[in-house]
Amino acid sequence: MSDFVSNFWSNYVAAASVLSILGCLLLLWLTARKRVPSSADNTTGHVWDEDLREANNPMPLWWMGLFVLTIVFSLAYLAFYPGLGSFSGSLGWSSSGRYQEEVAKANEALAPVYARFEALPVERIAGDAGAMAIGERLFMNNCAQCHGSDARGSKGFPNLVDADWLYGGAPDRIIETIAKGRVGVMPPMAAAVGSADDVKNLANYVLSLSGSPHDSLRAGLGKSKFAACAACHGVVGAGNQALGAPNLTDNVWLHGYGEAAIISQIVNGKHSEMPAQEGRLTDAQIKVLASYVWGLSNKPVSP
Amino acid sequence: MPASPNRKIIPIAPAAQDDGGLYVASRKIYPRSIRGLFARWRWAMVFVTQLVFYGLPWLAWGERQVVLFDLAARRFYLFGLVLYPQDLIYLAGLLVISALSLFLFTAVAGRLWCGFACPQTVYTEIFLWVEEKIEGSRTARMRLDGEPLSMEKLVKKWFKHVVWIGLAMWTGFTFVGYFTPIRELGMAFLQTRMGSWEVFWVFFYAFATYGNAGFMREQVCKYMCPYARFQSAMFDNDTLIVGYDGGRGEPRAPRGRNVDARAKGLGDCIDCGLCVQVCPTGIDIRDGLQYECIGCGLCIDACDTVMDKMGYPPGLIRYDTSNGMAAGWTLRQRLRRVLRPRVLVYAAVLAALTIGLLASLVVRTPLKVDVVRDRASLARIAEGGRLENVYRLQLMNATERPQRYRIAAHGIEGLSVSPDEPLAVDAAQSRWVAVRLQIPYGAMPAGSHTVYFDVREEGGEARVSEKAVFLVPR
Repeated sequence: MSDFVSNFWSNYVAAASVLSILGCLLLLWLTARKRVPSSADNTTGHVWDEDLREANNPMPLWWMGLFVLTIVFSLAYLAFYPGLGSFSGSLGWSSSGRYQEEVAKANEALAPVYARFEALPVERIAGDAGAMAIGERLFMNNCAQCHGSDARGSKGFPNLVDADWLYGGAPDRIIETIAKGRVGVMPPMAAAVGSADDVKNLANYVLSLSGSPHDSLRAGLGKSKFAACAACHGVVGAGNQALGAPNLTDNVWLHGYGEAAIISQIVNGKHSEMPAQEGRLTDAQIKVLASYVWGLSNKPVSP
Repeated sequence: MPASPNRKIIPIAPAAQDDGGLYVASRKIYPRSIRGLFARWRWAMVFVTQLVFYGLPWLAWGERQVVLFDLAARRFYLFGLVLYPQDLIYLAGLLVISALSLFLFTAVAGRLWCGFACPQTVYTEIFLWVEEKIEGSRTARMRLDGEPLSMEKLVKKWFKHVVWIGLAMWTGFTFVGYFTPIRELGMAFLQTRMGSWEVFWVFFYAFATYGNAGFMREQVCKYMCPYARFQSAMFDNDTLIVGYDGGRGEPRAPRGRNVDARAKGLGDCIDCGLCVQVCPTGIDIRDGLQYECIGCGLCIDACDTVMDKMGYPPGLIRYDTSNGMAAGWTLRQRLRRVLRPRVLVYAAVLAALTIGLLASLVVRTPLKVDVVRDRASLARIAEGGRLENVYRLQLMNATERPQRYRIAAHGIEGLSVSPDEPLAVDAAQSRWVAVRLQIPYGAMPAGSHTVYFDVREEGGEARVSEKAVFLVPR
């Protein structure tokens, strides 16, 4: 209960708990001492609705024993476990601690499973059906939210099934991408390109690189403007995996297809980010995950 | 034989309430054993229910146990059926049917369940039998409890508890055997490598059996059981109850066998108190219908035995309706009153539900499909300029053979499905598959459109149609 600046409420709750328990005890003691007058026919003498009489059926004594047991239990519970105001209990139990314990236990139980993969190369792990079942579950829990459950991505989120890679599709590059994350930045380029018409011409040139439908006159005019892009995308627009600059000559359109989408990209730039999984997942998990992703677009080596 | 000083004479009828407190120490009840029609029925029910309970887990159905509730794998095997957690409706149906059966039986013939079939009654009876075999008859047991501790008492008590605990442990073991394959559980027990939860539940159930059947007994029915209490709501004056014919029995008095009771103005009740001694809940049935009465009929057996010895006709205490008892109805008259609205309504609803449940089990498709639409991506453009939505389908094979399923879809013109090759799912397993639906770009306006996945078993009858939505973004 760190929600409050003073510990008044903590004390208040603790006092209310203890007083309630003592109140129950007092009530028990008083009722145990109470004597009720009962007539010969075992009724209390109360009559309702002309003939409805209240019979005196006392509770069995063991039932009161249960009440006492509850009180003993509650006091012991409050001594051992958190519950009395902000007192955390003598056992130091907490739900987050219990969670950490269970995670540690599960990791320990899984260690031998993952140990098998440590020595194997990614190409071999991808051929192991058991490892791929683990990989699929890891993917569903950690990757599918953005890349889709079939790993084919969607607008802004790369397709992992095709052969096109922003940062490279070699196993160690995939591991690096998963572990460290990636930040892809394209600055707004309109100022470097020129007028709005120049930007439009450039967009048509970019479309022409992949043989997509375009205005060839504008594309011809835009070609000279591509110099501004070549630093990252390369002279022929084939991209640069060291920078994560996309290949513009293929038919993969991560941020949208067509003239308007390309113009928007040139004018506004783009900042994309894939979060780092290091620390969230263990190294072994990342390796299995990388094998799964690698196996989506490559033929695994059978063991 | 003159009573020796250490053989106390035990009062038979419980004394009237002399303690005016709100709590009262419960008195231990020593039921006397009795033979007769109802005692035989009770034992028959003990054998029937316990043969089923102890025997069922040992029966095999093909490779597996005939009844197995595999909680860890979330599969429930019931004879030829493989049930998934999604089939919970059948359990709900079974519970409703059980409740309605209780209503029906209670309305017609009182607390039949309590007196003959309830596990509390059955195990109490078994434990009492053990107690009687070891400690002796009612009087012997009362005397033994009153004696100071001796070697004989210690041995008898110890032996009784050993047998009780053995029975209870076997019961706990059998109970867990419904959830873990019982043969494997037996092997695990012999090699002392049972799982900690299995050990816990064996001991927990054993403790409950030992405590409830050995010590709590009628206290469970009187103070803990809700069914015992709400059954009184199903009673009316035409419900069969165990009743004492006061008009015939009173005034009660002891008398010799050759005394002419009529001439002395006496009723048929000789006030022997046997009906009280045999009662497992310790009541006097001559006080009328009481909430403690579980309707076991043992007092009828006791009284009929005495009536027979006295040369009186049986039935001073008998199974009868309140109306029948008061008016002295014949069997025919009483039977006619069985078909009253309350009974007919219970029976009709029960029959309808039972037929409904059985029918739905018979026509049940051994295939289930769940469709979960991918949440992150609304839609995307796929190669060839087609609009694509992604779903995950859970295919649940509720047969015990490997199956292959083919997925199709309908609902939008030009809808295509991939993968469209058959998908293999192992016996009694489920499998998640990512499935993509595509439509030609611009084929549908922006918005949400209803589509149906049609999953079909290859070379079989089973087919399931599941609704889903296809989203077309603006």
